[in-house]
Amino acid sequence: MEEILRILEEDCRLSAEEIASMTGKSPDEVKATIEEYERKGIIRRYKTVIDWEKLGEEPVIAFIDVRVSPERGVGFDDVAERIYRFPEVRAVYLVSGPHDLRVQVSGKSMKEVAFFVAEKLATIDRVQSTNTHFLLKRYKEDGVIFEAPEGDRRLAITP
Amino acid sequence: MHISSRVKSVPASGIRKFFDIVSQMEDVISLGVGEPDFVTPWRIREACIYSLEKGYTTYTSNYGLLELREALSAYIEDKYGVRYDPKNQILITVGVSEAVDLALRAILEPGEEVIIPEPCFVAYQPCVVFAGGVPVSVSTGPETGFAPKPEQIDRAVTPKTRAIMLSFPSNPTGAIMPRDDLQALVDIAKAHDLYIISDEIYDKLIYGVEHTCVASLDGAYERTIYLNGFSKAFAMTGWRIGYAASNPEVIEAMMKIHQYIIMCAPITAQMAAIEALKNGEGDTAEMLRQYDRRRRLIVASLNKMGLDCLDPKGAFYAFPCIKSTSLSSDEFSERLLYEEKVAVVPGNVFGKCGEGYIRCSYATNLQNIQQAMERMARFVQKISR
Repeated sequence: MEEILRILEEDCRLSAEEIASMTGKSPDEVKATIEEYERKGIIRRYKTVIDWEKLGEEPVIAFIDVRVSPERGVGFDDVAERIYRFPEVRAVYLVSGPHDLRVQVSGKSMKEVAFFVAEKLATIDRVQSTNTHFLLKRYKEDGVIFEAPEGDRRLAITP
Repeated sequence: MHISSRVKSVPASGIRKFFDIVSQMEDVISLGVGEPDFVTPWRIREACIYSLEKGYTTYTSNYGLLELREALSAYIEDKYGVRYDPKNQILITVGVSEAVDLALRAILEPGEEVIIPEPCFVAYQPCVVFAGGVPVSVSTGPETGFAPKPEQIDRAVTPKTRAIMLSFPSNPTGAIMPRDDLQALVDIAKAHDLYIISDEIYDKLIYGVEHTCVASLDGAYERTIYLNGFSKAFAMTGWRIGYAASNPEVIEAMMKIHQYIIMCAPITAQMAAIEALKNGEGDTAEMLRQYDRRRRLIVASLNKMGLDCLDPKGAFYAFPCIKSTSLSSDEFSERLLYEEKVAVVPGNVFGKCGEGYIRCSYATNLQNIQQAMERMARFVQKISR
């Protein structure tokens, strides 16, 4: 049931009992379904969207557009793999447009990220160029708007 | 100074008293709100802002923007197979509330009766009185799922009856009327040559069943005044856009009143409504998914705490029975508010047969519903001891 996934995507801390009453299924059924999703890898992991900036500890994030010369047989996959194996790399996407791979890298400082790009990414065979964009401000991430939510403006009782 | 006896004869809304108490208290979880907790989807607000930037700030045709009427005509035909000519069969109003008033004033002679199944929305009875008519209540209960049986309506018909007022899915019960019963009711209306005023504002908020548009039934089209609006499905309550669709004669009569008292619905809100109709369906579907989860949760919780509650098939209200607590609707609601800070609406404000019930709106977020249900369960346990 996709409904369970939609509910978890919004709040993965809801209990099986709570999800059961929302979907009209039994708690055991919900538990079994979730376990199956986990086993099949449909649920990859449970994560938390954190506003690190509020804590004053925001890691430095950069989006790096990478141009790669593709190779017969493997295309971009082998270069992508070389890149995504680095723990500094948070995401790698193959994209259309003037660049081929869009890489998201995190580090403690701009310098650390810049060195990672210069020493590790740019030097990979078949990487032709890199173009680094540092993240300055987060407005919305994973569907969550990073602004104080607005209160309920409705009257308390209406017909 | 003199106040019209007709106005004086209508009591102030029972909801008002509760509103006054609630607004003086803090930390109240309100299940008393009859409007979506969602803000109007951004694409609709954005379209409205754009219209302002472009300078759409004028009057429109008395009927409403032709583009909106054309879009509505196409939408209704596509969804329910009923065709209304955008030129003379659709009137854009200031919310469905205005449309109810216009419809009644357009068709009633002084002293004529309008049959109204209850429990129902609080405005129908007063509007009938203001229009010089006489409301005739028909009581319903859980045994028929809060839908009137056709024979009940038949028994209520007198030589003075002019119209039957319907509103399904229902506020406050969430009830729908089975298609066969609706058809039987249309046949009764035909036999006695009555109008049917059908307020279908909750038609898009419906769970696992199909909505029957009254005007689409055999013999209904020419005698039905179909009312609907944008408030509930698109979370646009504050925009005040509704509409009426019927035969050209009725719409012409309604337009005449509208023309002199309102002139036209605000153009800004009409522009937003066009966007809602064209591109808002996805937003409605997402809201509906959220309501459905809350609906299941609240109904399960209410039944678990011992308050019998039918499965509401539409709208966003649960209407549980509180007779097991031996409290009246007023007592229950007032004590629940003072002792546990949960606001609900006593069922009797929606008609006499609503006594012994309360209306719990689930147009509020899951956390609030969960917490309200915990508090209410504690309250029910305390008073049952």
